[in-house]
Amino acid sequence: MTVLGVQGEERGADLSRSERRQLRRRSLRLLGSLMRPLRGRLVLTMGLVVVSTALQALGPAVIAWGIDTGLPALVKGMALPLVGAVAIYLVAGVLSGTLIAAYTIQTAQISQAILIDLRKRVFLQTQRLSLEFHETYTSGRIISRQTSDLDSIRELLDGGVNELVMSVLYMLFTAVGLVLVDPTSGLVLVCSFLPLALLLGWFQRKSEAVFRESRVASAKLIVHFVETMTGMRAVQAFRKEARNNAEYGELAEHYRRINARSIRLFAVLDPGLTLIGNLTVAIVLLTGGFRVATGDLAIGVLLAAVLYSRRFFDPMEDLATFYNAYQSAAAALEKVSGVLEERPTVPEPASPVPLPPARGNVRFEQVRFAYKEGREVLPRFDLDVPAGHTVALVGSTGAGKSTLAKLIARFYDPSDGRITLDGVDLRDLASNDLHRAVVMVTQEAYLFSGSVADNIALGRPGASRAEIVAAAEAVGADPFIRSLPGGYDTDVNKRGGRVSAGQRQLISFARAFLADPAVLILDEATASLDIPSERLVQRALQTLLADRTALIIAHRLSTVAIADRVLVMERGRIVEDGAPDELIAGTGRFATLHAAWKDSLV
Amino acid sequence: MTRTAKPARPTRAPSTLTAMRKLMPFARPALRSVLIAMVMALAASLVSLAIPQVLQRLVDGPLRSGDPSAVPGAVALVAVLGAIEAGLYALRRAYIIGPATGVETRMRRAFYAKLQDLPVAFHDRWPSGQLLSRSMSDLSLVRRFIAFGVVYLVVNVITIGIGVVVLLLLNPLLAVIFTVCSIPLWINGFRFEQRYNVVARRSQDQAGDLATLVEESVHGIRVLKAFGRGRTALEQFTSRAEELRGTEIEKSRAVAAIWLWLLLVPDVAFAFCLLVGVWQASLGHITVGGLVAFFATATVLRFPLESIGFLLSMLFDTRAAVDRLSEVFESENTVRDPEHPVHITEARGRLSFEAVRFAYPDTAADGPALLEHVDLAIEPGETMALVGLTGSGKTTMVELAGRLYDVTGGAIRLDGVDIRDLTREELRTHIAMAFEDATLFSASVRDNVLLGRPDAGEEALAEALEIAQASFVYDLPEGLDTRIGEEGLSLSGGQRQRLALARAVAANPAVLVLDDPLSALDVDTEALVEAALRRVLTRTTALIVAHRPSTVQLADRVALLEDGRILDVGTHTELLARSERYRFVISSFDDRPQRDREEVRA
Repeated sequence: MTVLGVQGEERGADLSRSERRQLRRRSLRLLGSLMRPLRGRLVLTMGLVVVSTALQALGPAVIAWGIDTGLPALVKGMALPLVGAVAIYLVAGVLSGTLIAAYTIQTAQISQAILIDLRKRVFLQTQRLSLEFHETYTSGRIISRQTSDLDSIRELLDGGVNELVMSVLYMLFTAVGLVLVDPTSGLVLVCSFLPLALLLGWFQRKSEAVFRESRVASAKLIVHFVETMTGMRAVQAFRKEARNNAEYGELAEHYRRINARSIRLFAVLDPGLTLIGNLTVAIVLLTGGFRVATGDLAIGVLLAAVLYSRRFFDPMEDLATFYNAYQSAAAALEKVSGVLEERPTVPEPASPVPLPPARGNVRFEQVRFAYKEGREVLPRFDLDVPAGHTVALVGSTGAGKSTLAKLIARFYDPSDGRITLDGVDLRDLASNDLHRAVVMVTQEAYLFSGSVADNIALGRPGASRAEIVAAAEAVGADPFIRSLPGGYDTDVNKRGGRVSAGQRQLISFARAFLADPAVLILDEATASLDIPSERLVQRALQTLLADRTALIIAHRLSTVAIADRVLVMERGRIVEDGAPDELIAGTGRFATLHAAWKDSLV
Repeated sequence: MTRTAKPARPTRAPSTLTAMRKLMPFARPALRSVLIAMVMALAASLVSLAIPQVLQRLVDGPLRSGDPSAVPGAVALVAVLGAIEAGLYALRRAYIIGPATGVETRMRRAFYAKLQDLPVAFHDRWPSGQLLSRSMSDLSLVRRFIAFGVVYLVVNVITIGIGVVVLLLLNPLLAVIFTVCSIPLWINGFRFEQRYNVVARRSQDQAGDLATLVEESVHGIRVLKAFGRGRTALEQFTSRAEELRGTEIEKSRAVAAIWLWLLLVPDVAFAFCLLVGVWQASLGHITVGGLVAFFATATVLRFPLESIGFLLSMLFDTRAAVDRLSEVFESENTVRDPEHPVHITEARGRLSFEAVRFAYPDTAADGPALLEHVDLAIEPGETMALVGLTGSGKTTMVELAGRLYDVTGGAIRLDGVDIRDLTREELRTHIAMAFEDATLFSASVRDNVLLGRPDAGEEALAEALEIAQASFVYDLPEGLDTRIGEEGLSLSGGQRQRLALARAVAANPAVLVLDDPLSALDVDTEALVEAALRRVLTRTTALIVAHRPSTVQLADRVALLEDGRILDVGTHTELLARSERYRFVISSFDDRPQRDREEVRA
């Protein structure tokens, strides 16, 4: 077992000591790398807080001085000391207030800078990771990493790392002060560190496990939530609401129980610290009281010792709150750093080969592919698609057509052999170059929220409105887009809710048209179109494909009419390969398929 | 133009108290606990105030007179009080966990249930990221407010009130100065409310937008990868994240401003009190001891005063969260169950559309409706194919039949009963739907297929799978128990579609409504499914959206939908013969098959 990347993410109590250490180090490394660029700012903020605290501490002394010195002076008719004290008090107050205000803004800036850095890293990593990862990790979990996990990290940051440093400094100074004033009381305070350490150790052990569980539980809740919301039509159509309520209720209750457990831990920690603090004060008082009564200790010293030991525990509550937030964030960091640790199985080349304007010659050389070793989808084969050719890929469901197509778009890398574009191994191309040259349109035409125009422009960011309209016109999408309430500026809403499946396909066709790639792959891209629309698309394709390489997968063999070459696939192998007319005239598998298809027509 | 978009923010926001009152239905069961928690918190504060008093007595009394016998008793008292304080903390925290997490969980479940109850039209409008951020972040704000915020807000305000009274008793003049000095604080407090409320709301909305972007970037990852647009997506995400960062900084500026006043006011007040107090003392109006007591008490008030800033921002954050949740809770469900539902014991399955009109909510009032005047009757046992161009409203008709939307005019009747007079539950038992966009849930194959009729036996399951030609499921790693969907094995488009079809068939409804159910299937499989489907269709009423002639041939009659009306109804052959429009819509794109057919008929 391993905890590398996202593996073992759902494990809790059974993590070994070394695995826990490994996870903790990974989180800390991430935190460190996030804070490093902000060193200067962190120091500045700490400076602000130290000065303003010192100014605040000045207050009582000034009041004392005002009473002790200012009053007698005033009685003698000298107002200056009193006015001086008041002035100092005012200046110190204004200054410390201003500094605290500045500190508040600085802290927010630090925490936001860290957050945006982390958000971007996780977002980019999500985009970088291969489909293989996404298929097993599930969208709900990756969403929960980027939402609720980042939320708990934000809480830690808002709590302020500075305050931690401040509290610790404060406690340190107080302890030193106590030892200087009365070493015996200092000894008592040191003794109180033992129960303190025990309590904190207990809390860390328990809370680490609970918070880890809590991240898993919240991810489960989010996964269920997202799945329900994206599948709302099916949920309602099949009356899944009541069953969903029960399932979600159970997950929510589970999440509640874990949350309650983590809060309960804190509910022991915080009063525990208060108790230790109060008892320490009592013991200091006890040891001091006897000494004062016997005259071994001045009463003022005892008072100071009691005040110091009390003040030592004052920042404890802040510290406990911080520690709690830290443990919660640490669990989140653990998961997030796991995602960041994942290496894409389809990696970017270290030194990419620049791609000259692509001609579109695609070659498979001794390529073999298996999603998982032992379950081979495509046995070893060679294939050469010369630039400018249109190839139709035919075969029954599960024959491996889509897999072959996805290999060209580099959704996956071949298990063996290599695929080249104009002689360059796909693995040596920067993904930007590759996808400028190779574009794949699938049956599932996903629309992003935003306008219709935005969605088409995804094919070529920065395209002008005229170019967008031209692309839509070319694929016959223009008339329906114009009939929408806002034309090209109509918001397509979530998942293209009310844009029909066929219309979505037209939009995604326009997108591909606008992208203008050297190699175009169409995987069942016209399945939802009505026949007249398909006819329009076919016509557009004929112009579009004239000077580029195309690979078309379609169940409807009408597509074959525009192909130069047909490949028939069966169980991962190419069993027939030839010009369409040639194959139709023959007696092979394609001839049979074609006949069946013709029968199915009107 | 009437737009039923997201509810616009009211120009005059209701007061925070009114807004928070919306929490009541969920918070009521926790109310008593919150009150008790307040009492405990107050008691703890009082106890912690009593400890210094004991100390003072001890120091002033026995210690000054050098009497060690009183020491143990006083120390014991201090220790006991300290233990009581810690005990009260612990009790309060432990006591409030259950009720607070209970409120959160109750709201979370109610929120989810409400979302499932709301019609599809609502979900078309609301991106699921916005809903997700409400169900997670906003609800945890509510929990924290109930467990901590409201308790301390009330307790600290009471403490400040008591403190001011004590000050008044000690020295009315100084107390008045103190109170007058605090006036700017109250003014700024109100300003803060207005300023902070706006940014708090904006920040939570922007966080929701960010969640939406995350969700889309994950669900649309295939498109982003196919076009190599990870960078573009990142840029968009970054600009949104920067907006959120800007809002958060703005929020911190608001907090900094109120902090400044919270620190400044006591300091200025202290300074003036010092000035006036010493002056009064010099005149002999008050004693030095009285002056010291005044400052000592005023100092106690500093912490509650300072905490008000933090507690107020917590209150306003929660208020924004409650507002956001209320928007969903108060969304009116337009597709409701009738008050006095009609019950159909044995549905025969006559489905009729009578003068049905439908326009999406965002269509202009005078604009063209999607369905203008649809009249169509499907007799029991009959299979009707619905044919029309992309975007003509076929899918909408299917969705209207299952009341995913309600008609804007006219009526749809099942066995003569207006479907709005049935409960949705019952209607959807009689009518089962299969969508082109096949949604599978994270559950076993068995559960997915038997979604519409969980109590159906193995036999029905096997039959449905056979009809949909989905026997591939038996070859999955765990057969029918294999987990599929988001969190399970990913299936191809064709496989998913067949399972969705099997699901509709297994529901064994009176009326089957299928939206282009075979679009992703290859020719061979399609033929097999069609052959099997014929058996089911003889005993069920069916409405099938079709694009291909082969699917149309399953039907007894065909309806041609165009421009929001049923243009013609008849058998496939009749329509081919008499309707040029029909031939345009359904005939394949070259004329050859058309001629072939005529040759056959000749």
